[in-house]
Amino acid sequence: MQQIIFFFIRNRNFLLFAVLFTISVALTIQTHNYHNNKFISSANYITGGIYTFRNNITDYFSLRTENEQLLQENVMLRKRLEQFQETVVFDKLDTTVLPAKYTYFTARVINNNYSKTKNQLTLDKGENDSIKIDLGVISSKGLVGIVSDVSENYSTVQSILNTKSRINAKHKNSGHFGSLKWNTENPNVVQLVDIPRLAPLANGDTIVTGGRSTIFPEGILVGTVKDFKLDMDDNYYYVNIDLFNDMTSLEHVYLIKNYDAAEILELEKGVEDEQ
Amino acid sequence: MSNNDIFVNIVRFIVLVFLQVLVLNNVNIAGYVNPYLYIFFIIMYPLDGNKGLLIFLSFLLGLSIDVFEDSGGVHAAACSFIAYIRPVVLKYSFGVSYEYNSVKIKKADPMERLTYISSLVLMHHFVMFSLEIFSINHIGLLFTSTLFSGIFTIVVMACTMILFNKKSA
Repeated sequence: MQQIIFFFIRNRNFLLFAVLFTISVALTIQTHNYHNNKFISSANYITGGIYTFRNNITDYFSLRTENEQLLQENVMLRKRLEQFQETVVFDKLDTTVLPAKYTYFTARVINNNYSKTKNQLTLDKGENDSIKIDLGVISSKGLVGIVSDVSENYSTVQSILNTKSRINAKHKNSGHFGSLKWNTENPNVVQLVDIPRLAPLANGDTIVTGGRSTIFPEGILVGTVKDFKLDMDDNYYYVNIDLFNDMTSLEHVYLIKNYDAAEILELEKGVEDEQ
Repeated sequence: MSNNDIFVNIVRFIVLVFLQVLVLNNVNIAGYVNPYLYIFFIIMYPLDGNKGLLIFLSFLLGLSIDVFEDSGGVHAAACSFIAYIRPVVLKYSFGVSYEYNSVKIKKADPMERLTYISSLVLMHHFVMFSLEIFSINHIGLLFTSTLFSGIFTIVVMACTMILFNKKSA
C-alpha cells in the first residue's frame, strides 16, 4: 500500500499531465464529430459577451462596404420584384400571408475564423431568437454554413471552410449535382466533387445549392467554376470553385429555417428504419 | 514564489488570454499565420514555482483559448504538454545550473534564451497543429503551419521580452 502511495507521490506531475492531456485530446476528438460540442463552445455567455463587445467596436470599420453590399442587394431584389409585378396582376391587395416553406432571420457575425482547417463562426442570435441547430446560414452574396450549436443568446456556425462540411450543390445550367468540400488551401476557393463526367462544365459556370437537403432551398448562389479536372478513377469531376462570398469579411448574415424539415426528416427516418 | 510573483502571473495570464483572442487570432498573415503569444505565460513562469501547479494552470490557459476558438482541446493539450516538458528543456538550454536558482530567464545569455523559447514554441505548435488538423492527408500543411507560425511567435515573443525587460531594468 505504502509503495503505491509513494509511486503516486513520486510521479504526481506525470500523472497530472497524463490526466489533463487525455481530457484535452478527448475534447478535441469530440469536436471532430458533428455538432456535439456543447461543453466547450464560443456560444456561451462569457465568450459571446466578449466577442459582442469587440464587434461593437470593430463594426464601424466596415460600415462603408456593408452599406454598399446592402445597396447592391436592394437593387437586385428590386429588379426581381419588378419582373414579378409585370407578370402577375394584383387585382386586390390581401393582407393574409400565404404559408411559406422557408423563413429568414438576420444575425451579426461576432467571431469569424478562416485560417484553421475546421473553421467556425459565432453569431449573436440564439435559442431566444428561435435559432435552432441545422439552420442554413447565407450572406447577401451566397452560402456561409450551417448552425452547429446554440446557446440562449448565441450560436456557432460550421462554415463551408471546414473539412467536416459536406453541402449539396449543383451546376446551375445542367442540374448535375455533387457535394461541396474544402481542401484547406485557400479561404476563397472550395471544391465540388462527385459531379458526373458527362456534365457539360465550362470555366465561369455558376454553382448553386442543390435543394436536396432540408437545410438550404434550391438556388442559393455558391460561386463560379475556376477550373476542373477528372478525379483518379476518371468518372467524376473535381471542380475548384471561386466563392461569391468573401469568407474573410462577413458581417451580417441570414439564417434560413425550413418549416417542413422536421416532417421530411421523420419520413426519411421511417423509410430507413423499415430497411 | 513571493506575493508579487503571484500577482504578476495572474495579471499576465488574463492579459495574454485577452490579447490572444481579441487581437492576435485575427492577424492571419497569408491567410493562416498567427502568432500564439499566450504561451509566454508558461515560458516566464518562475523557475522555482510549483511544477504541478504550472501544468494545471497551463491546461486552464489552453482551455480558455479553446473556448474562444471553438477548437475543442487542442490548445489545452499543447499547453499541458510543454508545461510538463519544460524542466527538461530548461536543463538542456541553460545547463544543470538552473536548478540551483542561479539563472534568471530575463538575464540569461541571449543564445540560451533563444534555444529555450524556440524549443518550447515549436513543440507547442507541433502538438497543437497535429491535433487540430488531425489528418495524414494534410501533413504538408502541418509542417508549414508549425514552421511559419512558430517563427512568427518566436519573433513576437522576443520583441515582447525586450520591451518588458527595458521597463523593469
